[in-house]
Amino acid sequence: MPHLALGHFLVVAALLFGFGLLAVVTRRNAVAVLMGVELILNAANLNLVAFGRYVAGGIAGQVFSLFVIVLAAAEAAVGLAIILAIYQMLRSIDTARATTLKE
Amino acid sequence: MEPAALAASELSPLVTRAAGYLWLIPFFPLLGAVINATLGVPMQRRFGKGTVHTISIGAMVLSFVVAAVAALELLGLPAEHRFLQDTLWNMLSAGQVRVDLGFALDPLSMMMTMVITFIGTLIHVFSTGYMADEPSYWRFFAYLNLFVFSMLLLVMGDNLVLMFFGWEGVGLCSYLLIAFWYTDAQKAAAGMKAFVTNRFGDFGFILGLLLLFWALGGSWRAGPSGKLTYLANDDGAQVTAGEGQTPPQHADHPELSQASSPVRVGPTLNFRELRDQIVIRSTGVAAKLKAQRIYGFGLLAVVGVLLFVGAMGKSAQLPLHVWLPDAMAGPTPVSALIHAATMVTAGVYMVARLNFIFALSPTAMGWIALVGALTALFAASIGFFQYDIKKVLAYSTVSQLGFMFIGVGVGAYWAGAYHLLTHAFFKATLFLGSGSVILGCHHEQDMRKMGGLGRLMPVTRWTYLVACWAIAGFPWASGFYSKDEILWKAFSQESMALLGIPAPHLGQLIFVMGILAATGTSYYMFRSYYMTFTGAYRGAGQGHAQEHGHGGHGAVPHESPRALTLVLVTLAGGAVLAAVLGLPAAWTGHAPLLERWLEPTLPATVHFAEHGRTTELLFQLIGVLAGLVGWVCARALYRDGRSEVPARLLARWRGIWNVVYHKYFVDELYQATVLRGSLALARTLAWFDRWIIDGIVGLVGAITRTLANLDGVIDRYLVDGAVNLVAAAILALGRVLRRAQTGRIQTYLYGALVGAIALVLFTFLIR
Repeated sequence: MPHLALGHFLVVAALLFGFGLLAVVTRRNAVAVLMGVELILNAANLNLVAFGRYVAGGIAGQVFSLFVIVLAAAEAAVGLAIILAIYQMLRSIDTARATTLKE
Repeated sequence: MEPAALAASELSPLVTRAAGYLWLIPFFPLLGAVINATLGVPMQRRFGKGTVHTISIGAMVLSFVVAAVAALELLGLPAEHRFLQDTLWNMLSAGQVRVDLGFALDPLSMMMTMVITFIGTLIHVFSTGYMADEPSYWRFFAYLNLFVFSMLLLVMGDNLVLMFFGWEGVGLCSYLLIAFWYTDAQKAAAGMKAFVTNRFGDFGFILGLLLLFWALGGSWRAGPSGKLTYLANDDGAQVTAGEGQTPPQHADHPELSQASSPVRVGPTLNFRELRDQIVIRSTGVAAKLKAQRIYGFGLLAVVGVLLFVGAMGKSAQLPLHVWLPDAMAGPTPVSALIHAATMVTAGVYMVARLNFIFALSPTAMGWIALVGALTALFAASIGFFQYDIKKVLAYSTVSQLGFMFIGVGVGAYWAGAYHLLTHAFFKATLFLGSGSVILGCHHEQDMRKMGGLGRLMPVTRWTYLVACWAIAGFPWASGFYSKDEILWKAFSQESMALLGIPAPHLGQLIFVMGILAATGTSYYMFRSYYMTFTGAYRGAGQGHAQEHGHGGHGAVPHESPRALTLVLVTLAGGAVLAAVLGLPAAWTGHAPLLERWLEPTLPATVHFAEHGRTTELLFQLIGVLAGLVGWVCARALYRDGRSEVPARLLARWRGIWNVVYHKYFVDELYQATVLRGSLALARTLAWFDRWIIDGIVGLVGAITRTLANLDGVIDRYLVDGAVNLVAAAILALGRVLRRAQTGRIQTYLYGALVGAIALVLFTFLIR
């Protein structure tokens, strides 16, 4: 079993963040954008736990990540509610069409 | 100088007694006037004329009652302390001018107040009968009450400003009442004439008043020895004013009166302060005023003459007498109250009130007495030939006022005031008698159309006769005592001057003129009596009665209602009984009642030549003879209208008659000089106004308009342009910038991403 080091976790977290960002920026479906955001948050969680394990020690990193998970759940709830409201208004959840705030 | 020792030998300052109710006397008539003026129309329509005159007469009666209470209080005081004072509030304080709304009653103003309220009440009662057919009943009574209020203000005001206020107020009421029937252009014009003529006089009055105020000021300086000296205004003559503990530097303040005397020295408008500082010789004010000269004339003479000009206007003296005969256009009760008993005597009252000032200047005294004598003679002669019964009485009033001015002019102030009192009674009787006659004859005033009224109007006839008896100067009626006292004093006055030149015989000349005027008075009064009440009735035909017959009677004249005759009898009784007040010393051995009553008010010391008692009785005999001559002539010529002599005389002396009948053409003279002059002046000024003033104003307007247009252009294009430019620039910028806001989340995210990357790169690069 190869020895796992901090670097591995950071690479995985960077990849996760990259995919999440890609999803947020490129997808036109609002739910997919929300899923991208979840990926970014999880990348951050991974970093927090990794740094807690290898650098700081203790359980502070894990506690932070637990807070982030709760926050992500709340954010998903609010986000979905907004998406529902947008759907009701526009009959679509395409972010390209939700441009009523322009100009 | 020993002020204390001096003060013991002369008059002391007046002691006043507070009487907080004096304001009620003028207040009641004012209240009546206000009620009738504001509520008169609905009241008269709703409740009838009774309410209107009840309010008016009620106000007069209340006023009279309060005045009577004040008179009783005054009587209860020691003679030299009879002075009631009621100061309500300060109306005006500016520099050294201090004007209080204050009322004062001393024996003189008390006498006037009693005359005004008593005769005023009676004339109000008379008016209820005389004006019964008048639609504007309320207006008449409102004016009448307002007049009484103004007159009481004139008489009771404790300073010259209140007096002047009342002076103008009675002028206004006189105007309103003369022009009472204002739809008649002639009567409206008569009102205006009275007003304008009075303004001439008032101008002189106010000038005199201001000059007096100025003269009392001037610069008082403390010399090196601490003595206060007065620097006369032109030649620098110095008059020692007395000692004072004053600041070393000069000060022209009234508080600089001597520390030893409480008398306030300095400019004042208050009668009492004026009297105190002039009468008390140790203040030096009298001496200072006497020494002062202005443009070479004695200052006091100028002040006296100017003040008398005011009296000439108000009391209808030559040459400002022209308004009074025309004032007869007003209702007859008005003629009786205003133009005989009260208002026209305001001038006499003013001179008597300021006696201490007039007595200091022999020139002013001579001037007043001479003008009075000339007026008495002049007006009496016009009275000879008038046919309008009210015109006769009007000229008689002018003439009698002349007598009063002889009295106050020669220094017999109490006699002037006494003649004022007796004249108020007998002239009111005569006027109201004439009013009764006019009412009885259906508003006919021409005596040629009367005659024989004695049988038809017995009460009017007898009261008229009593009043004639009084005015003609027969003993046991009051006119005799006042007129003879005046003429006697005029004869024994030898210290008067004319224009600064002593004229010891002026008094005797005035006596002769007065006797002639008295003869004339007797003649024209009995002429009017005989023409009106004796002989056959020469009244108008039936047609006149048809168009006019009020009360349903025919053409026959009738006696007036009870209200009128009652007033006539009361007044005639007063005209006889007033004699009690002035029984001469030559008869009774002591000074007349009224002289003693007025003595504290008239502190002026005037010297008369001493004559024996026999001489005085002889002069009284001359007075009676003058009256007799006039009466006999009138009786011979006019009794029963049978004599042919008047017609023959008229034919023979047509020219003279013409001149006198037309009042010596004084009106025409004024027409030619004053009126045409002022019209020409007005026309010139109108031309000047239209072409010069209006031109300048127009030019200024045009310049301003051009400037404004220029300014408008600058405003529109420069200022507004700059403001609009800023706004437009910001708008364009916004139009460009708003493109950035697409509303698409991804765009914003790209922006955020680019920003984050740039931030990271910058951080690394800078490090």
